Amino acid sequence: MSAILLAGFGGQGILFAGKQLVRAGMELGKQVSWLPSYGPEMRGGTCNCSVNVDDDAIGSPLVTKPDILIAMNLPSFQKFEEKVVSGGIMILDSSLINIKTTRNDVNAYYIPATRLADENGLKGLANVIMLGKLIRVGSLMDYKFFRDSLQASSPKSKPMLGELNCKAFDIGYNYED
Amino acid sequence: MAQKYLMKGNEAIAEAAIRAGCKLFFGYPITPQTELSEYMAKNMPKREGLSLQAESEVAAINMVLGASAAGARVMTSTSGPGISLKSEGISYIVGSDLPCVIVNVQRGGPGLGGIQPAQSDYNQATKALGHGDMHLIVLAPASVQEMATLTGEAFDLADIYRTPVMLLADGALGQMMEPVDFEEKPHRALPKKDWACTGHGGSRKHNIVNSLYIEPEVLEKTVVDRFKKYEQIEQNEVKYEEYLTEDAEIIIVAYGITSRIAKTAVRNAREKGIKAGLFRPITLYPFPEKQLDALADKENIKTFLSVEMNMGQMVKDVKLAISCKKDVYHFGRTGGVIPTPDEILTNIEKYVGGAK
Repeated sequence: MSAILLAGFGGQGILFAGKQLVRAGMELGKQVSWLPSYGPEMRGGTCNCSVNVDDDAIGSPLVTKPDILIAMNLPSFQKFEEKVVSGGIMILDSSLINIKTTRNDVNAYYIPATRLADENGLKGLANVIMLGKLIRVGSLMDYKFFRDSLQASSPKSKPMLGELNCKAFDIGYNYED
Repeated sequence: MAQKYLMKGNEAIAEAAIRAGCKLFFGYPITPQTELSEYMAKNMPKREGLSLQAESEVAAINMVLGASAAGARVMTSTSGPGISLKSEGISYIVGSDLPCVIVNVQRGGPGLGGIQPAQSDYNQATKALGHGDMHLIVLAPASVQEMATLTGEAFDLADIYRTPVMLLADGALGQMMEPVDFEEKPHRALPKKDWACTGHGGSRKHNIVNSLYIEPEVLEKTVVDRFKKYEQIEQNEVKYEEYLTEDAEIIIVAYGITSRIAKTAVRNAREKGIKAGLFRPITLYPFPEKQLDALADKENIKTFLSVEMNMGQMVKDVKLAISCKKDVYHFGRTGGVIPTPDEILTNIEKYVGGAK
């Protein structure tokens, strides 16, 4: 059972990242759900996304006690830091979150995803870099399986997007903090 | 295994409607049902259908009336504020005995309210969708899969009973994604639409679709006849799901998205040794009164707790159904706030063992 909460600003690709997880989970034959929460604005504002990947039928689609938190800005981290279950995982974009967790009962990972994206000409793909880190530390699914699923999910008319996503994914996967 | 698609609930309703032979969609945009209208606009023209954005909700529902009178499978979708505008037309559709499917993807109210999920249109859907003595069949899906399955069922029920059917969903179900298959279910036998106003070149006597009867005795007969139809619906079309009710001490009654959260709370209660169970109405009209009453007759069941995303609407139907034989309580969040499993568990713990 994995309850994952992805949170950040609108426009960071929070919902997209969550969608990649449920798509891959569905391909694996797992039960999955994806529930977005955002305001009426297209960009800016807070945005989060509840993802469940489970062997059994999913009850509440709303993740209130995440096993895994992916936080991509400070307000989201502060809002959800205490909600993560004991023994859970936090993955934080340290280019936008300049503090560390005070909890010592969780596994926290810090990755400057937004900076890494900018430095590698992958502006806007910090979300996929975060996914790379998640697949590395989250024991959710296999590296190759997820990478292939990510590549296959980009539209056939734009194969470049799949390449860029895979590049960003590998940067996150291979990053050592 | 049937092909699974990852889809939003709103899209699943739209796709299921097209597959059910819905040829006409009339709507007016509103959050949180937007993806439904969008899907129809994109796909209807490619699949021998028509999707039209009307100038208002009032226009949309009257287009539904006209299309249905001509014998088409037709649908409209909106959220609470739109249903309020459509209620005059809905009443006319009932009075004219016309089949159609009306979707309400609920948001917080009253007024313009908000755009987050709610269940505060329960009373409106089950008691007051329009003026006059009337009901609509009201179906309450609880997953993206059921959004699809119950859409097909809604069209069949509408045709069988010549009545509008409402799908009562909410913003969470509408916008969440889950795997869904569109496997064909066994078709129900559908009556011929020999009442429809279609061109016939003078080959038969013309049909009239109408809801105006000036003579009280004549109007009374149409209403009484319609209520005989409602009796049949109440006999034959009740749908519900029970989960761990057999040995339960406390029964949570919840529908739609709330039933999913309640199911998690029931599991958590069981882990703590509390004998909780869940009763989920799938038809809100006809309400599963007999089934709830049978539970209330059981010795082991002491308490009912209605969990809803409103201030307490279905709870009254639960009390009526069981004639207040057992204690009935309500827990709800409203305005677009979704209750958490923990909050529901706290209320289970508060009420288990009867009144305190």
